[in-house]
Amino acid sequence: MTQSFNEMYLDDTVRAPYARLEAWMRAMPADLRIQKQAEAEALFRRIGITFAVYGEGGDPDRLIPFDMFPRVFTHNEWARLERGIKQRARALNAFLVDVYGRGEIIRAGRIPANLVYQNAAYEKAVAGFVPSKGVYSHIVGIDIVRTGPTEFFVLEDNCRTPSGVSYMLESREMMMRMFPDLFRENRIEPVDRYHELLRRTLASVAPAKCDHEPTVVILTPGHFNSAYYEHSFLADLMGVELVEGQDLFVEGEFVYMRTTQGPKRVDVIYRRIDDAFIAPLCFRPDSMLGVPGLMDVYRSGGVSICSAPGAGVADDKAVYTFVPEMVRFYLGEEPILNNVPTWQCGKSDDLKYVLDQLPELVVKEVHGSGGYGMLVGPKSTKDQIEMFRAKIVKDPGNYIAQPTLALSATPTFVAEGVAPRHVDLRPYCLVGERIELVPGGLTRVALTEGSLVVNSSQGGGVKDTWVLAE
Amino acid sequence: MLLLIDHVTLYRYASPVRGVVQSHRLTPSICEGQQVLDWEVTVTGGLKGGGFRDGAGDWVQGWSVKGPVSEIAVHVRGRVQTADTAGVLRGHREIVAPECYLGETFATELTGGLPMLAKAAEGAEDRLAAAHALCRAVSEAVAYRPGATNAHTTAAEALDQGEGVCQDHAHVLCAVARANGIPARYVSGYLLADAEGAPHEAAHAWAELFVPGLGWVGFDPANECCPDDRYVRLGSGLDAREAAPIRGSARSSGPETLDVTVAVLATQQ
Repeated sequence: MTQSFNEMYLDDTVRAPYARLEAWMRAMPADLRIQKQAEAEALFRRIGITFAVYGEGGDPDRLIPFDMFPRVFTHNEWARLERGIKQRARALNAFLVDVYGRGEIIRAGRIPANLVYQNAAYEKAVAGFVPSKGVYSHIVGIDIVRTGPTEFFVLEDNCRTPSGVSYMLESREMMMRMFPDLFRENRIEPVDRYHELLRRTLASVAPAKCDHEPTVVILTPGHFNSAYYEHSFLADLMGVELVEGQDLFVEGEFVYMRTTQGPKRVDVIYRRIDDAFIAPLCFRPDSMLGVPGLMDVYRSGGVSICSAPGAGVADDKAVYTFVPEMVRFYLGEEPILNNVPTWQCGKSDDLKYVLDQLPELVVKEVHGSGGYGMLVGPKSTKDQIEMFRAKIVKDPGNYIAQPTLALSATPTFVAEGVAPRHVDLRPYCLVGERIELVPGGLTRVALTEGSLVVNSSQGGGVKDTWVLAE
Repeated sequence: MLLLIDHVTLYRYASPVRGVVQSHRLTPSICEGQQVLDWEVTVTGGLKGGGFRDGAGDWVQGWSVKGPVSEIAVHVRGRVQTADTAGVLRGHREIVAPECYLGETFATELTGGLPMLAKAAEGAEDRLAAAHALCRAVSEAVAYRPGATNAHTTAAEALDQGEGVCQDHAHVLCAVARANGIPARYVSGYLLADAEGAPHEAAHAWAELFVPGLGWVGFDPANECCPDDRYVRLGSGLDAREAAPIRGSARSSGPETLDVTVAVLATQQ
């Protein structure tokens, strides 16, 4: 593994975007730092933002560590990322419309049929259906890592219900409250338009049968869900109702919510529950979380569901390999953001290579998430590697492997002062009538020295992400 | 043949329910060999919901009934002009890829004696011969006996018992076909009583297997034949649950009972 890119220092000089922050850091006495860190923690506790990011499970009341040292992108760096992210979000949606339609990309031999049609996330129940405005994935969370001054790679796409955006908003809020001076000294692009853009995006995909100002709701599995805080947070910001399955019912051609003023028709459901649970008549009959009859209303144009059922087939880790191909096929463009080279253990040549190079590679489960069930070769013991080898051999199709990337590091407050820690980035791209992206995203940081796993369940934290104005 | 169908499904709720929502696949498929002359579905006190043709070509119709209600009747009546297509499904518009019907479901999981039974296709010279061999093997392995199984019996369980009804036959055939890499699906519909007058279930089920060159071809292991002009096709799915003519959900906690009467008659034109 090569030396990782330090986002603040290039050799011995401070990179321009971090210049003011470096001075700020130097000027901050240790006791002030400790006091501010305690203040941040108390604030997070008070607002109750204690969920595990990305539904990783674990203790739902555990506080996710917040690091006060912002992560910074220049205007130009971001401009390129933004183009790449929007390009990818367009290609993913074009792919979804295609594979639930004629499947041109498969007919053209650019992606294997079995990878799509035999994928557990492919919902044949929506085949032949084009959702409002041709959008399946309305909030695309794209996980990006940086390995050099101009090198960025996409680690994975999240087309269903990517969470964590409340951290992006709360981290900014926190920083502005604790360090107002920083926001006067630096020209930082705001992120506080996110909820307005989200509301507009959702309203823009109201179904054909909606002839009035659309009523949008957020459908949550309930307060026991690890991301419940985020669901209620977004509902508050957008000024829409937060509902559970039992609050909604189907009558005739539409879905209604029970309110104290009587039933109210619902036009757009931003659902934060999985496909399998959303419509018990169509998918899992044992689901208590969904709304019986919802799929019939949806498919006959009475309501929109965001993300659209079936969107998950685009963010599968095996399908991921083909996203650059999607960009070329549907958009006729070259991908602006690259994939990490990926080996499919289901292919015999790839499997042989992976088993040979196992100590050097990162291996992930195709359907896994949250940093569980993965092997980071260079950080694992011989025993761990051998145990994982046995798992891969037993079910090769369930695994993909990637080179261990030297994730960039940004300055982070630690017990001894400030030290570099590895980070990734999840921007949230909104797709409706228009494609929107607020400048920035959620930066996750691996707080353990040398660790490359940024997932909160594995000891990761979050920090504010700055995009500097021109 | 002109078939007359009269099908009533009666739901009785021990205590009145607050409401019922149903999703129907109760409209004959649009395909060669069956032409609908008239067709009507009524639901007592029901409000017709959204309807649409799904990717598999089935007409799906939503219904809702406002409570309190303690009894609901779903009544299907119609006349269909049928012709024998030797089981081949032709002129049927659908967009779902055949590969989607290779997946297992709980009811068709390849366990117990199923992998062994699937070997019946070995040595078959082509896909069509394999399909016939499998259909025959399923007929022989599972005897028709009403009451031997219930709605939740899986393919492996029915095979283990060696007896069952059309639902079990269709599940077993789907399972062993998929085991051979042949896309297979469960089909629900109606069947005219057979020549001897013994009705092998008027509300019937069989399987369709995908044969390159021919497309989807019906196989009915319960009657060891391919569907002909005695059959009316309604809809399909990976298993009985997915292809169910009526799926419903009542907002209640009490038990419900179900009564089904189906009459399929052939008439003079």
